[in-house]
Amino acid sequence: MSATKPPPLVQALAPQPALAEGNAGTHASVLAAIGWALARDFRVAMRSKGELGVQLLFYVIVVSLFPLATSPSRETLATLGPGVLWTSALLASLLSLPRLFASDYHDGTLEQIALSPRPLAGLVSGKMAAHWLTSGLPVALMAPLLGAQYALDAPVLATLAVSLLLGTPILSLVGAVGAALTLGARGGGTLLALLVLPLYAPVLIFGAGAVDAVRAGVSAAPHLSLLGAGLLVALVGVPFAVAAAVRIALD
Amino acid sequence: MPVQNAIEGRRLAAQRGYARLFEGIGFSLQPGEALVVSGPNGSGKTTLLRIVAGLTAPADGEVRWQGEPTSAFDGRLREAVAFNGHMAALKDELTAEENLDAWTALNGPRAPRESLAAALDAVALRTRRRLPVRVLSQGQRRRVGLARLALVRRPLWILDEPLTALDADGANMLGALLDAHLAQGGLCVAASHQPLPVEPQRVRRLELGAPA
Repeated sequence: MSATKPPPLVQALAPQPALAEGNAGTHASVLAAIGWALARDFRVAMRSKGELGVQLLFYVIVVSLFPLATSPSRETLATLGPGVLWTSALLASLLSLPRLFASDYHDGTLEQIALSPRPLAGLVSGKMAAHWLTSGLPVALMAPLLGAQYALDAPVLATLAVSLLLGTPILSLVGAVGAALTLGARGGGTLLALLVLPLYAPVLIFGAGAVDAVRAGVSAAPHLSLLGAGLLVALVGVPFAVAAAVRIALD
Repeated sequence: MPVQNAIEGRRLAAQRGYARLFEGIGFSLQPGEALVVSGPNGSGKTTLLRIVAGLTAPADGEVRWQGEPTSAFDGRLREAVAFNGHMAALKDELTAEENLDAWTALNGPRAPRESLAAALDAVALRTRRRLPVRVLSQGQRRRVGLARLALVRRPLWILDEPLTALDADGANMLGALLDAHLAQGGLCVAASHQPLPVEPQRVRRLELGAPA
């Protein structure tokens, strides 16, 4: 019509792929799917740094409240420390879980992801990996610093960091199942807490147990091995459970 | 080669809670044809579209793609469908260009930067392509969706109320895009209250009744 009109969209059309033959297999790579979702979610998270900061700050504050509420004696604090640092990590993980799928669900992204030719289990794995990198990892790195408030010494703090590095991915994985199952449910956030917190209990027991073991002067290896085994089981099983839950939520 | 119905619905029925939205719905499309679904609010247009896309399993009946029955989230259908639903599926935090880039990368090989820019230019968003989608208007978001249709080439387009929020220019773009798509042997299933701006001889109609 007018001279300033942009070129018609038709010119931007790529050539139409042949109708009859699908291109199955070309996009089947699971790694590509993981990479796509990881890169995208990580980029989105980096654009909303405030949200990440809030979660980390929540962890710092909860951990710091306990010494104020209890006795400041070194002995009491050192006893409380591992449990407090671990329980607070659970709560911080819970705080960030709704972010995992809810916004994608509400803006239609999840539909598009589920309809894409890439394997859904791979795509949700990438999302969970991004979630851990932006929630679990910062907590695990922050914990040893906060542990200093609890009069824990260096070997104990190191074990704390290792146990959190092994345990927080399990929290992201198990939490993702809950987050996907509660998609679209009214009061989803509260329901999510009720659903997920009991499932977090074994992680808490072995995680805090590892730290306590070192404090008591015995090896943390059994606890850490169990955490590692739990992580492997979760890594293998959870993506398929989450993919199934996402499909149910979209139906 | 005998002419095959590219996509076909047989005796489709949908149930939402206790309500039967529709039953016994059938349609078939040849390459180059569009199906426009109309009907009053709540008659199940969106549900029918979701069934065709493979997002929802029908309560009864089946969708056949190139002669073969499909199930929900069918792999062959996922290779073929481009779905533009109510929601624009754009990330507010990312720019229009980044959103498009992500969608093309998800659905196939990454599009080169120039074709992303060209597609956004074609929907008159060139100067807005580096802005976060958060600041775009509803119509502009719809236009990004059109650019996605152009970039992610799929034989079967499923469009839910594609004219919503689009201005006259936007509607023309949609029309031109649809005409070119159908002329290349593409298919389209759309729900719309307004007539779609495409060549009428390509359009088949399906009227859903009022909900019982």
